[in-house]
Amino acid sequence: MTLLITVFAAVAVTVKWYNRKNDDMRLGSLALMYWGASLMWFVDAIAEYIELEAEFFAPEAADMLNDSFLGLSVVALGLVIWVVRLLIADPKGVVKKAIGRGTATAEAETGKE
Amino acid sequence: MACFTVSLAEAIVVKVVQKRVAKKEKLAEEKHDASVEKPLIPMSTRLGWLTKLLFGGSALLAFEHVWHGEVVPWFPFLTAMNDSADAVEMLQEIGTVGVGMAALVTAVWFVMSKTALYIVGRPELKGSRM
Repeated sequence: MTLLITVFAAVAVTVKWYNRKNDDMRLGSLALMYWGASLMWFVDAIAEYIELEAEFFAPEAADMLNDSFLGLSVVALGLVIWVVRLLIADPKGVVKKAIGRGTATAEAETGKE
Repeated sequence: MACFTVSLAEAIVVKVVQKRVAKKEKLAEEKHDASVEKPLIPMSTRLGWLTKLLFGGSALLAFEHVWHGEVVPWFPFLTAMNDSADAVEMLQEIGTVGVGMAALVTAVWFVMSKTALYIVGRPELKGSRM
């Protein structure tokens, strides 16, 4: 389930990246992150299949639920890493502008006093 | 158990190589070296894709290992290291699954890189639609 959820996330982000208007959102990095994890889990799945054989396709309900929860958490972590990198890189200058405006307002208020 | 460490190690090495290649490319550009043909996609850009695949993948896999209690925030960080039998099993997994992961990601990157060069280099197809 973790592999499936990550593959779906990778495909969705790749489609969004393909339809992007510009590179400001850095969706390529997010897509590559999900694809990297998907490929790695694919190898993990093959290793597990070699070990378990047919049993691999009939997991316990509890295991499936745990794996789904893990998959969603992984997608969320990927999004958090991406958004933090985006805010630090600040390609649109939004953060700089917002902080600059805040600093300018504080300075103006200090000046008035 | 610790299969992501191989990809993580490869990511660090590739990042160092990428920095060096980028520096060389910048120097060549500054010198306006006409004898050197400018690539369609710089090698440093393509190596950047590989580092993102490897770093991103290993970060998410590391999280999975934390989830399963295989990686802990205290020394020796890997729970398998506490028991010699587990440590042997872990090393075996690193040697098979870990190396397999790094090899597959690198192979996919290689194909992706070649495909990107082909796409950028091919002539524009006007009015063609699938």
